[in-house]
Amino acid sequence: MVHAFLIHTLRAPNTEDTGLCRVLYSCVFGAEKSPDDPRPHGAERDRLLRKEQILAVARQVESMCRLQQQASGRPPMDLQPQSSDEQVPLHEAPRGAFRLAAENPFQEPRTVVWLGVLSLGFALVLDAHENLLLAEGTLRLLARLLLDHLRLLAPGTNLLLRADRIEGILTRFLPHGQLLFLNDQFVQGLEKELSAAWPR
Amino acid sequence: MVFLHHTGRAAAWAHMQAASPPHPEELVLKAGIFPSLGPSTHSHLSFPQPGPITEMDGAVATDFFTVLSTGHRFTEDQWLNVQAFSMLRAWLLHSGPEGLGTLDTDDRSEQEGSTLSVISATSSSAGRLLPPRERLREVAFEYCQRLIEQSNRRALRKGDSDLQKACLVEAVLVLDVLCRQDPSFLYRSLSCLKALHGRVRGDPASVRVLLPLARFFLSHGEAAAVDSEAVYQHLFTRIPLEQFHSPMLAFEFIQFCRDNLHLFGGHLGTLRLSFPNLFKFLAWNSPPLTSEFVALLPALVDAGTALEMLHALLDLPCLTAVLDLQLRSLPAPSERPLWDTSLRAPSCLEAFRDPKFQGLFQYLLRPKASGATERLVPLYQLLQPMAGCARVAQCAEAVPTLLQAFFSAVTQVADGALINQLALLLLGRSDSLYPAPGYAARVHSVLSSQFLALCTLKPSLVVELARDLLEFLGSVNGLRSRASLVTSVVWAVGEYLSVAYDRRCTVEQINKFFEALEALLFEVTQCRPSAALPRCPPKVVTALMTTLTKLASRSQDLIPRASLLLSKMRTLTQSPATGSMHGEEGAEAICTRATELLTLLKMPSVAQFVLTPSTEVCSPRYHRDVNTALPLALRTVSRLVEREAGLLPG
Repeated sequence: MVHAFLIHTLRAPNTEDTGLCRVLYSCVFGAEKSPDDPRPHGAERDRLLRKEQILAVARQVESMCRLQQQASGRPPMDLQPQSSDEQVPLHEAPRGAFRLAAENPFQEPRTVVWLGVLSLGFALVLDAHENLLLAEGTLRLLARLLLDHLRLLAPGTNLLLRADRIEGILTRFLPHGQLLFLNDQFVQGLEKELSAAWPR
Repeated sequence: MVFLHHTGRAAAWAHMQAASPPHPEELVLKAGIFPSLGPSTHSHLSFPQPGPITEMDGAVATDFFTVLSTGHRFTEDQWLNVQAFSMLRAWLLHSGPEGLGTLDTDDRSEQEGSTLSVISATSSSAGRLLPPRERLREVAFEYCQRLIEQSNRRALRKGDSDLQKACLVEAVLVLDVLCRQDPSFLYRSLSCLKALHGRVRGDPASVRVLLPLARFFLSHGEAAAVDSEAVYQHLFTRIPLEQFHSPMLAFEFIQFCRDNLHLFGGHLGTLRLSFPNLFKFLAWNSPPLTSEFVALLPALVDAGTALEMLHALLDLPCLTAVLDLQLRSLPAPSERPLWDTSLRAPSCLEAFRDPKFQGLFQYLLRPKASGATERLVPLYQLLQPMAGCARVAQCAEAVPTLLQAFFSAVTQVADGALINQLALLLLGRSDSLYPAPGYAARVHSVLSSQFLALCTLKPSLVVELARDLLEFLGSVNGLRSRASLVTSVVWAVGEYLSVAYDRRCTVEQINKFFEALEALLFEVTQCRPSAALPRCPPKVVTALMTTLTKLASRSQDLIPRASLLLSKMRTLTQSPATGSMHGEEGAEAICTRATELLTLLKMPSVAQFVLTPSTEVCSPRYHRDVNTALPLALRTVSRLVEREAGLLPG
């Protein structure tokens, strides 16, 4: 089960730290058991807590990605692709996984699988014992779909206004946070449905 | 159930997820997991003809539809099939009344063993009438077997090939759950999984499937009399050597070790001996794996390999550099180079290939604990150009944390002899570390606090290792670079070199240490700082003075010498030269301390009481107990004295 999916900004590794890591989109699928706190919880408080947790994950992913880029000696990332039609080679994009301990920031221990594509980071927050091969594949698929259908890396695209389309993709490919074993044929079929529902 | 459009599908999803365990197998059956040869078998759904179902390599399918089957268009029930398999493991886990781990390993393997001997040929046809839970398991079992067979086919598309591996992992995980819930599946799964293991072993691209397989053999190996030792040998010996550079595999491998410690049993020894190989994952991927290793170290630490492990941890950045060189010198497994492309290190590569140094490089790259230690000092200079490499720097930053974790683990299992050896190792290695920028300073800081911790654990080590400590203090020409460690050693000597901590402490030892420390103090205060030697921190000077006073209070013949030394120090601090050497505050601190110590030495018995308190004085009770507390006594005495003074005339 996927607990959350998020898209956030990635800053180039060797440039100065101007600005903070921003979460551009996030979707939480499960509800955490609330900690033993006798006070009644407002929905607002829970929402803020979730936002904090997601931001904490985004920051960690960003730092892992930056460290990996530095370690492999890649030059500072070219934040925009040469042309918006260029295929981004996702198989070579930096990716990794790390564990989050209990209470830090989620109550249960969780695993994060992440993928960095130029200036965007994609991450799945999973339960502790998931099939990581499947999670990795799903994340790559989601990234490709989002990049292709929303042209996320084209200049002038405002991700924040496209939440409904992102949800459309998630509902088909990651319904209710369930990882699916989709072979190419199914992916194509679902993509066709997607294109039909949202003509470009 | 008829699901015709998108919103209907959402409703179906919600229904399926909410479905309570006893009934999901109905959905599963209806969803066409069951032999549905050829196209549309469910006549009440009217759909366009989907076309023949094919396997991933293009061959026409002759068995039932699974997630690894393809065709032109998919039907609703095929879609349900996909969804149902995706949720299968969760369903099985929730529907099993036994849950996980209710039976302990011994009971379970007994039960499995007896079941194996009793089982007669079971027909695996699903048409047999079974209660619902059993039917679900049966269906799941057949599905997994089919997936394992289908994964053997060469997929035409890359995406499908990735999916095949993910399906293999899932199939093995599901079979593991099934065998735990119902041991009768074990004999049926074994042959197929052993064959799978044989297939996957030789294929580097499928290496991640080895981990759930290893877990399966760990959980059920005993009952099934599988040679799991061979499985582990291969897993721990070959895989890390060849695939340490893959971040996802590294993470999963270490997670496998962490999560299955309770299952290792007799194989824990293999795991422990393989720590050099595990460290390769850590050296290459330190940021995500540091916290994992901090959690894993207590299980890896063993009294027999502790010293070798400490050496290995101190040399971890060196290992990172050597792994980089190894990757450069081997043919690249993928198009993109795996090593640090921003760094060229031709001299290092030459050294790596030089036969003279082969022994040392091979020692560093060894897969298993060898029981012997090699001094790698010749390599440090050779590999110095790589010290600026980002990956090496990241590893160097992780080492202090790992050292802390190591020491807190090793002190649980170390006996007196090992503690002594660890202390000696600390001191010995402190001046031979890989020259990565900032590394030595950070490591010294950890080593100095750990040395003190060892002394607190075993105070008598100061007396037992007196000769080595004397040697250390005498050889400290790089004092400034090891200031924190020297301060710790000096403080430990002052604190623990006494009869109270070890009866064997002799006056002769105290005198010898006094002389050595006196010489050191002289050297420290006489040498002028220069560009090459940074100034000596005042803390070292005050520690030396305090320790010398402590030793003098124990061997009172030394008191005149100590007093002379202290008054010399006091005079020295008042000279302008010292002001520039130690700074204003430093000079003042030294002066104040010298004065305090001189005053104490004027009253030898008080000095002894304050500087070498007996154990009951050290206990907090002495200070907190209202009736015996020293501060209270002092206050009372001073008030009495004041009153007396007030009564005197004038």
